[in-house]
Amino acid sequence: MFELLGIPPQALFGQLLLGLINGAFYALLSLGLAVIFGMLNVINFAHGAQYMMGAFTAYMLLQYLGIGYWGALILAPIIVGVFGIIIERLFLSRLYHIDHLYGLLLTFGLALIIEGVFRQQYGSSGLPYTNPIPGGTNLGFMFLPWYRGWVVVLSLVVCLATWFMIEKTKLGSYLRAATENPTLVRAFGINVPRMMTLTYGFGVGLAALAGVLAAPIYSVNPIMGANLIIVVFAVVVIGGMGSIMGSILTGFGLGIIEGLTKVFYPEASSTVIFIIMAIVLMIRPAGLFGTPR
Amino acid sequence: MKSYDMPIFAALIAVLLVAPLVLYPVFLMKVLCFALFAVAFNLLIGYVGLLSFGHAMFFGFAAYISAYTVKSWGWSAEFGILAGTGVAMLMGVVAGFIAIRRQGIYFAMVTLALAQMVFFFCLQAPFTGGEDGIQAVPRRPMFGFLDISNDFVFYYVVLVIFAVGFLIIHRTIHSPFGQVLKAIRENEQRAVSLGYRVDQYKLMAFVISATLAGLAGATKAIVFQLASLTDVTWQMSGEVVLMTLVGGMGTVFGPMVGAAVIITMQNYLAGFGEWVLVIQGVIFVVTVLLFRRGIVGEITAFLRARSAAKTAAAEGAAQTA
Repeated sequence: MFELLGIPPQALFGQLLLGLINGAFYALLSLGLAVIFGMLNVINFAHGAQYMMGAFTAYMLLQYLGIGYWGALILAPIIVGVFGIIIERLFLSRLYHIDHLYGLLLTFGLALIIEGVFRQQYGSSGLPYTNPIPGGTNLGFMFLPWYRGWVVVLSLVVCLATWFMIEKTKLGSYLRAATENPTLVRAFGINVPRMMTLTYGFGVGLAALAGVLAAPIYSVNPIMGANLIIVVFAVVVIGGMGSIMGSILTGFGLGIIEGLTKVFYPEASSTVIFIIMAIVLMIRPAGLFGTPR
Repeated sequence: MKSYDMPIFAALIAVLLVAPLVLYPVFLMKVLCFALFAVAFNLLIGYVGLLSFGHAMFFGFAAYISAYTVKSWGWSAEFGILAGTGVAMLMGVVAGFIAIRRQGIYFAMVTLALAQMVFFFCLQAPFTGGEDGIQAVPRRPMFGFLDISNDFVFYYVVLVIFAVGFLIIHRTIHSPFGQVLKAIRENEQRAVSLGYRVDQYKLMAFVISATLAGLAGATKAIVFQLASLTDVTWQMSGEVVLMTLVGGMGTVFGPMVGAAVIITMQNYLAGFGEWVLVIQGVIFVVTVLLFRRGIVGEITAFLRARSAAKTAAAEGAAQTA
């Protein structure tokens, strides 16, 4: 067995895989944030709470309706997405004409409400969710649990599909045009307010999907989203929200860097992303893939 | 226009001087600490238009420094509070330097992320006592003769600290420096084109705000004889935003009204567990949707509208006569 800088390869690749998984969640969440921000100019503070709702919806579908993981993978994002659409229609759409900071404050309040309700109902300790694909394979240098491999593959596919939809399809071109100049796009007879509503629903759905994916790995927990979302904010600042591909790459990249930090200098593993953020802000304030605005 | 700030402030201080006869002094000190925290926060959001979502890092870390120097190094309270405030100022310089590179929503996210970094640091650093915090911080006599272990005596010390902090902010807002800040809030490009070094002004405002937030936190640590992780969490950053929003962003007295309202509410709802979180969330949503100007902002707007209506009516009467 070879060793790398005194670190056994099992530990190294194990943490790398964990980093890749975290990166998958960062990518899915920052992608959703970027899509919502691009269209609505709102930073969705409730994104973490909606991620948590995704996990809880999967748990409740199993508990009360007997619908398993695969059903939840489809249903939970739709249910939470519809919830997002209701929020957008009821609250967010009233704030588009004023300072964007109010959108942030409103979604922060919503996050507190959602989190408080779930904590009231389920306490702060986690609820278990059984792994739908148990077992794994030994790759020689590390053990790969099937489920973790599935999470990385599926989130990559979803990220790339979203990128394709926005950058390469006609619907995506409407979206990008409406981001640039909503008034002009409306003048062409496209229903921009409805697009904004659906975009918010889609972004929220992505968060919920990440939540379902996370449920078997981490326990289902009312505070699972709150701390994650702050890291995702840092990821978004590092990548800059201008580019879809940028969010995906930054998400996965930072997950891996975080995993490596856990191996080589564990004390800094929870702060490394914030430190990178500070450095990036000094060198490239607009973010790695962002355009100054 | 004539300003009523100073008469109102004098009346407020007069009320606060006799308040401990009616209300529990520790509760009043808590309100004063948070009022100062909110007033400091308001300097940024209300007068420069920068929403800091990480002010707990100054508040909470200054509390740790003040509690640590007093408990472990045996400093007296006044030096502990000064040490906490000084460290908050240094943090303000560093955090401000990084954060002002972005504006608007990004500024909020950057400050939030920096505060979370400070939170993890406090969680891991040996001197903070981790989950336990620093407990049983002694209240030794201040300046060698003030017996601050007596809540009534310490209340008046805290009142002086609050008044000084408030007057510093008030002076800042009404100085030429403050006018430039407002110009930056209204139209940053124009301020730049007029030759103002906008970044330096923003940094200076950020440092003042951070320092006074630190002063509030350092004082609170002595009041409760405790510094804990609660004070550095993002929830604490959110709380000061809520206080300022409810009271009225950009108003002189709004933040302290908001602080009093929220602290009182928390006191009454302490037994309701997680519902406090839900209620705070509801207040956020309702305030943002229905009365964005906050309590003081709405009252001021109402009074202005009434006096404008009166003037108009008087003018109308004069014309018809």
